[in-house]
Amino acid sequence: MAELWSIYLLPGIIILAQILAIIVPLLLAVAMLTYFERKIMAAMQLRMGPNVVGPFGLLQAFADGAKLFFKETVLPTSANKIIFVIAPMLTFLLSLVAWAVIPFDEGMVISDINVGILYLFAISSLGVYGIVMAGWASNSKYPFLSALRSAAQMVSYEVSIGFVIITVLLCVGSLNVSDVVRAQADGVWFFIPLFPMFIIFFISALAETNRHPFDLPEAEAELVAGYQVEYSSMTFALFFLGEYANMILMSGLTAILFLGGWLPPFDIAPFTWIPGPIWFFLKISVLLFVFVWVRATLPRYRYDQLMRLGWKVFLPFSLFWVALTAGVLVAFDLVPQT
Amino acid sequence: MILQGLTFYLFAAIAVAAAAMVVSARNPVHSVLFLILTFFTTAGLFVLIGAEFLAMILVVVYVGAVAVLFMFVVMMLDINFVELREGFLQYMPVGVLVGIILLVELLMVLGTATMTPEVMAAGTEPIPDLAQRQNTAALGDVIYTKYIYLFQTAGMILLIAMIGAIVLTLRQRPGVRKQDITRQLARRREDAVELKKVQPGQGI
Repeated sequence: MAELWSIYLLPGIIILAQILAIIVPLLLAVAMLTYFERKIMAAMQLRMGPNVVGPFGLLQAFADGAKLFFKETVLPTSANKIIFVIAPMLTFLLSLVAWAVIPFDEGMVISDINVGILYLFAISSLGVYGIVMAGWASNSKYPFLSALRSAAQMVSYEVSIGFVIITVLLCVGSLNVSDVVRAQADGVWFFIPLFPMFIIFFISALAETNRHPFDLPEAEAELVAGYQVEYSSMTFALFFLGEYANMILMSGLTAILFLGGWLPPFDIAPFTWIPGPIWFFLKISVLLFVFVWVRATLPRYRYDQLMRLGWKVFLPFSLFWVALTAGVLVAFDLVPQT
Repeated sequence: MILQGLTFYLFAAIAVAAAAMVVSARNPVHSVLFLILTFFTTAGLFVLIGAEFLAMILVVVYVGAVAVLFMFVVMMLDINFVELREGFLQYMPVGVLVGIILLVELLMVLGTATMTPEVMAAGTEPIPDLAQRQNTAALGDVIYTKYIYLFQTAGMILLIAMIGAIVLTLRQRPGVRKQDITRQLARRREDAVELKKVQPGQGI
């Protein structure tokens, strides 16, 4: 009995507590992110933004959530019901499981696996299924067009994301996420030597999360709301939560790959007083602000322009940069030893 | 170990059941979804034997890219499901034959491995201890040294296949106006807009 407790139950409870310790703040962060986005967009457009529910409108997101929760979940009669319901769950689930390998500080990570970066890449490449399944199962023309668009778009931008990750990994010499941050501790953060890759990664992250200016799968002006058309109540809310959790995840990934994760900008006294998770949070917040800023500023891309940018500009350039990075590392004998 | 055993049987059972559903599902989109489930549980099995790199590559390449393209094509098919079932008996012998050949091959490989382990050990690279060398690095050690020519050849074959597909589908349609990005960017305001002073009552 004691063995059962010490080998199975106790570690199980600890892991469950760790998971809750990440998911609960994450969901709160998603709620706050919607508020943050609406407030920033309002400020940029000289409006007030949400200001009624709670002090400064802070509880607006929870009011929206409660409203969605009490609405009826409509299942279209001609929809493929099982897949129709699985799709939003899948989107939401995938946006949560990726956090298992994100380090918040030295050693503060649920699962410190050797292939962490590949795991993140694999999970983000699965994100397309939520949308494709939703679009197909709705059995309706706008969602279907949206599913086709998103399948092509997300696969295209994954390729350049892959090459960007390869350049970073060439400089790190390990696939472990914590090692990526540690490699930036001694030298400079990677966004300085790999600046063009940083920009490409961020733009690809916008495309990968279906955010403006690449939100073609849900372009409200042409596809009404794309794959979300037939969804209501909590099924819609899960898509919404998943999309915003993915935004936070991609910002976190950008922070880890290029902005030194939990590291302070300078390794001297006033900066080192602030704990690592707070630095990580600040970096994510700055990147999220850019996400919103882009949304408030840029018009939507046309679909052929999107494809051209992905395949004819980003792909050749990132391929060139992989070769260049590898060449420089070999020429100056900087290849990290494993 | 009990937990590992249970996980193995769970994943293995799901993988086999999903694989059976790939063949037997009536709707092709369901087939693709079950195929994805099979890939995914197989990746889980790879993780269990400590081949985490293979597991992740399986998910990235097959689930993340190949199956998306499958799905893309299958979703757009306009199929009559009854018609589709008619050919089932006709193709079944071929399918069974391929299945039997695969089974025999697998049994032969496994049989050699269990009956004469020394033969298997002679031809292969020794697998380094997981504690000393991560399997990502261990794979890199042999792929880019011993098997570099085979690896490059495989890449070349894929490249040729890709070029072949492009050549087959590329068609130049005369008279179609395409967007010329360089021309658009080279366009200046002076070339496009001309300000005219218009006298009242005269027009241009």
